[in-house]
Amino acid sequence: MAATGATVKRSIYREALTDSLKKLDPRRQVRNPVMFVVEVGSVLTSVLFVQALLGHGEASPRFVGLVALWLWFTVLFANFAEALAEGRGKAQADSLRRARKDTMAKLLKEPKRDAEHTVVPASKLRQGDVVLVEAGEFIPSDGEVLVGVASVDESAVTGESAPVIRESGGDRSAVTGGTRVLSDWLVIRISANSGETFLDRMIALVEGAKRKKTPNEIALDILLAGFTIIFLLVVATLLPYSIFSVNAMGQGSPVTVTVLVALLVCLIPTTIGGLLSAIGIAGMDRLVRRNVLAMSGRAIEAAGDVDVLLLDKTGTITLGNRQAVAFLPAAGVTEADLASAAQLSSLADETPEGRSIVVLAKEKHGLRGREVQSLHAGFVPFTAQTRMSGVDLPGRQVRKGAADAVRAWLGNDLPDQVKQTVQDIARGGGTPLVVAEGDVAGRRALGVVHLKDIVKGGIRERFGQLRRIGIKTVMITGDNPLTAAAIAAEAGVDDFLAEATPETKLKLIREYQSGGRLVAMTGDGTNDAPALAQADVAVAMNSGTQAAKEAANMIDLDSSPTKLIDIVEIGKQLLITRGALTTFSIANDVAKYFAIIPAAFATVYPQLGVLNVMHLATPQSAILSAVIFNALIIPALIPLALRGVGYRPVAASTLLRDNLLLYGVGGVIAPFLGIKLLDLLLVLLHLT
Amino acid sequence: MVSKAVRFSLVFLVLCGLFYPLATAGLARLIFPRQAEGSLVRAGDGTVIGSDLIGQSFTSPEYFHGRISAVNYNASASGASNLAPSDPALLDRVKADVARWRADNPGQPVPADLLTTSGSGLDPHISPEAADAQIPRVAQATGIDAARLRALVASHTEGRTFGVFGEPRVNVLELNLALRQLLGR
Amino acid sequence: MVLQVTLTLLIALALVVPTGRYLYRVFAGDPALGDRVFLPVERLVYRLIGLKDPGESMGWKDYAAALVLSNAAMALLVYLIFRLQGLFPWNPQRVGGMEPILALNTTVSFLTNTNLQHYGGETTLSYFSQMAGITFLMFTSAASGFAAAIAFLRGITGRPLGNFWADMTRFILRVMLPTSLVMALLLIWQGSPQTLSPFVQATTLEGARQSIAVGPVASLESIKHIGTNGGGFFAANAAHPYENPTPLTNLILILAMLWLPTSLVYTFGLFARNARQGWTFFAAASLLFLVLLGNTLVAESRGNPALHQQGLAGASMEGKEVRFGPAQSALFATVTTAATTGSVNAAHDSLTPMGGFTAMVLMMLNSVFGGKGVGLMNLVTMAMIAVFLVGLMVGRTPEFLRKKLETQEIVLLAIVILLHPLIILAPSAVALVTAAGKASISHAGFHGLSQVIYEYTSAGANNGSEFGGLAGNTPFWNITTGMVMFFGRYFSIIALLAVAGFLAAKKPVPEGPGTLRTDTSLFAGVLVGVIILVGALTFFPVLALGPIAEHLTLVGR
Repeated sequence: MAATGATVKRSIYREALTDSLKKLDPRRQVRNPVMFVVEVGSVLTSVLFVQALLGHGEASPRFVGLVALWLWFTVLFANFAEALAEGRGKAQADSLRRARKDTMAKLLKEPKRDAEHTVVPASKLRQGDVVLVEAGEFIPSDGEVLVGVASVDESAVTGESAPVIRESGGDRSAVTGGTRVLSDWLVIRISANSGETFLDRMIALVEGAKRKKTPNEIALDILLAGFTIIFLLVVATLLPYSIFSVNAMGQGSPVTVTVLVALLVCLIPTTIGGLLSAIGIAGMDRLVRRNVLAMSGRAIEAAGDVDVLLLDKTGTITLGNRQAVAFLPAAGVTEADLASAAQLSSLADETPEGRSIVVLAKEKHGLRGREVQSLHAGFVPFTAQTRMSGVDLPGRQVRKGAADAVRAWLGNDLPDQVKQTVQDIARGGGTPLVVAEGDVAGRRALGVVHLKDIVKGGIRERFGQLRRIGIKTVMITGDNPLTAAAIAAEAGVDDFLAEATPETKLKLIREYQSGGRLVAMTGDGTNDAPALAQADVAVAMNSGTQAAKEAANMIDLDSSPTKLIDIVEIGKQLLITRGALTTFSIANDVAKYFAIIPAAFATVYPQLGVLNVMHLATPQSAILSAVIFNALIIPALIPLALRGVGYRPVAASTLLRDNLLLYGVGGVIAPFLGIKLLDLLLVLLHLT
Repeated sequence: MVSKAVRFSLVFLVLCGLFYPLATAGLARLIFPRQAEGSLVRAGDGTVIGSDLIGQSFTSPEYFHGRISAVNYNASASGASNLAPSDPALLDRVKADVARWRADNPGQPVPADLLTTSGSGLDPHISPEAADAQIPRVAQATGIDAARLRALVASHTEGRTFGVFGEPRVNVLELNLALRQLLGR
Repeated sequence: MVLQVTLTLLIALALVVPTGRYLYRVFAGDPALGDRVFLPVERLVYRLIGLKDPGESMGWKDYAAALVLSNAAMALLVYLIFRLQGLFPWNPQRVGGMEPILALNTTVSFLTNTNLQHYGGETTLSYFSQMAGITFLMFTSAASGFAAAIAFLRGITGRPLGNFWADMTRFILRVMLPTSLVMALLLIWQGSPQTLSPFVQATTLEGARQSIAVGPVASLESIKHIGTNGGGFFAANAAHPYENPTPLTNLILILAMLWLPTSLVYTFGLFARNARQGWTFFAAASLLFLVLLGNTLVAESRGNPALHQQGLAGASMEGKEVRFGPAQSALFATVTTAATTGSVNAAHDSLTPMGGFTAMVLMMLNSVFGGKGVGLMNLVTMAMIAVFLVGLMVGRTPEFLRKKLETQEIVLLAIVILLHPLIILAPSAVALVTAAGKASISHAGFHGLSQVIYEYTSAGANNGSEFGGLAGNTPFWNITTGMVMFFGRYFSIIALLAVAGFLAAKKPVPEGPGTLRTDTSLFAGVLVGVIILVGALTFFPVLALGPIAEHLTLVGR
């Protein structure tokens, strides 16, 4: 989905350039107090430049003009950063918008395929309307499948090219407007009015048009505005101080307004002020690139703060389903016989467990698949009553199922040795499946198939990392506590919730929250909705139900259960980037003071030249170098702001130490070098 | 709350503003009567000459001189010169004082404390060096042997408290009282 | 020189833990030493002021309102005492009523724990005013700041804010009165007068008449330092031999100034249930203190090059007392501005430029231990700003002592850190360009600028020391400094009480390896860095035009 190709990129840059000019509009600029002050300063120095050109200037036109020019650049660079971040979102929005063609829809009178229909434009559809979509047609709006099963191409929304199945009932009933039915047909009840569909919201989101500032961003904005006022005060009062000093000493001239404006712009936190919104937009953008849509900026900040992750066992911690790992025969039965019987009973069993038995039988005993028809076999499917499945052959019945179900079928108790095996497997977190057969001679147990959850590779290490950064992982499973405990231990999660129901999940979240923790979870079913609504970071699978999506504050288009961990990292990365650039910006001030103060007062107190530790050539070159450095640092940091500071899952103390060293200490040192270098360059170019 | 505020203020005005200082004064009179009244030095007839702790002006050459004072040792209006280190007025004053010192005490080192004003204008002390530097002048004016004067100064030199805190010093009034005794006045 | 300074500081350090622990016990409501004596007295006081339940905690608004209202009542009482002192007893010198603007400035000055003295103590105040006005406010102003700090500590550590009346009562009765009494007796032993007799008329050895001012000095002197107040009984303040007769009293005064501000940092650690937390802040403040102290010690003992040229060798003794010398004077000047007492044992106007620089910087920072209670509040404010700025770098939204710092707190903290430079830089600018302001300056150029900056910095930091060359007793200076003292005191206290109230109401966030720890040496370093970047660099331009220019001029001669 991300815009690729050099032409697209070039167009983003071109658009960002024009946008940064448009953003000079003071009505837009005033939303960012720091940069607004710079813009006012640019206007002021420009006026002074004109005045200087007319021969009444307070300094040489070239000096005033250069300062004014670089102040304008400072504003433009900041605008460019924001426009660039927005532009990347816009490119994505455009590709989404292409999906939102105004299609025609077949409006049904009643929810049946063959009901009478009228053709209306999709934009006229209201919530509750029922439409028919057939192969090759676009789904006109968000809705829920009422009748039918169809394969749908959702690549426009998810970027995933493989078609997905959508059918009525269950957790795969939600469809998204702008996706296309590939085969078959669907009768859909529309769930969103035009303009409020998922696609519409998504476009608005990635475009950043209605981006609201996040809570921490607002707070930081206020603090930066506070700093700006402090420096405004410092600079404004410097003029009377300077006039007093000049009068008292009877030498030199008061500091010029141009120099004061230059000092002000250098001192106020322009670096972070110029990049702050770009950082926010880029953070959203990083989520979008991982196919996650955050419904609010608050959610992504909360993701950084999350300290409990509720993870569904299946799919996140373990591979989809249980697999057969061993055949454990009863006394007097060979393993091969057991394997053969188990395979027979599973031939027609399409469940993953059943298939894994067939696979294991083939791997371990070379048993080939047999045609069920050729065996004249009758398949006995699993029912809630019998809780067994199996096969009826002429004169022989094979059954497999839970121990107590099989015991009931056998009519007598299981042999002790089989019972022992069943217990051992259960205690180890596995699922025992007893296989039995019956013929004229009677019914007997053949042995046990050991089914086991397979923990995903590398997941244990991942949880270890999370633990080191203070995040607790909790496995959610419907398994009994014994099984759950065994898997939890194997996977290395901190805690588990066994025999989970929507109610116990909700209760667990509330418990953690009352302890001050922030909880993140994923969900897809309608019954997950209450828990999703309660969680601080709630990620709904895009494949999930509408209710789940409504309750969540993020939607994972890939429907990948492990995405939660990525989301937390993106949240942290956003906050770190914000903090790093803030620290850098404020640390920069030290060098700027040392560049500008001796220069500003050189005429009245030449002895202050001692403070010119960088040995800058002239007062004018010193001030210009500081201003230019201050402007150039913004574009220099745009890539970092957009890409984000690298995040490693290490303890907070290590992270703070490393980042402080880089952005704090580096922030003090870098401008000393940069300003000196620019000063040398200015001298070389005879610009002073 | 207003009534609490007023009542609170009145209670503590009486307690902290009246009871406490008056009780302290009562205790002081009981335990340290001399200090409580200002460590006064009296002549034989009971008239007050001054205070141990308050410097007074000495200008005649036969006395050891105290430091110059910004308030001319007016003990009811203490104060400093408040001259900045860079103040030309300070330089002018020091220049003039150094010239006078050199005229009055030829060949003697210039004692830094003597030619600067104190913080209170009432500093009762001078440094032992400042006292020593005045010995030739005092010896000449009084006719007392310099060696006896040196011994007198030494016996009136107070060291650092516990050997650590503060600076060695000579109380000018006490030194001059002892000097008068030597002179038999 | 180094030895006596080191010893003094070591004694001060030794007092920190026992005092900090006692303060915690008293204000956390734990049983404490002296309960048997003090509880009945406290109950009596509560009955007198009509307080029914001293255990009933107040919301931050009530706590702040009680503080402001009680201070207003005291201000009114004391203003009337100053104006009408001619009518009251204990006025042997027959001093008349203070003129209105000076009385207002003096009332605000002592009410706000500043103790800027635009009056001459021995010439303008009766003994009654010195006791019922000055000494009384020295107790209550210090206690008000301390109470606010205790409520603040309770709030930020997640406790209810407490009861203002009970906090005031307990602090005055248990801490201030007994220690002041003992210290006053020590001072009297060393020579401080404590009498209601009129001024002594002496005839000097040379026959001149000398009128020697005496009075109830010791009782004022002790609370002046214990309460980090600073206004002297005499104009010369603690340089006066009656206020500070010996090096031993000088030691006692220094210890008294450092005593509660340093101990309170340890108490903070106990409130945070983490002694390390207290020590971390202690270390940060100590580092700044020691560096600045070193600067003054070196500058004062090197002396004034201009005087060296005239033949006055060695340390600069202008404005210093012989018994204290450069070491005890430099230490005193550093401590009095660090703890924002404002008492002086040497004329600060005559300090070397770098000595004056230290004094100004400490007041500009206003958090290197700082005044009674308020200093710690400022230090914690800086810590919160530090957490907010760099805390993001651990990948979580900022939290301090397990509470999230969010918009409402940041707004208030931003106001607090904005206010201090505002009330210093803005009036200074006005004073330096208006005739009324400039008329009081006694020195042209850099030092004149320093005098103005020092005056407002001292007023804004509620310190009270002055560059005495500035003629402060004019309507312009009395009114402007009065306003600066007022804003510097109440706005930040109220804002920070609000912060405490907000934080107390928040749910604590559990700590883990992902939490930014504020009790590490790394954070102490961050805190120092932020104090310098946010607190000090703001004043760099003005310091360059004042003391730094003066220093470079003197050195470059």
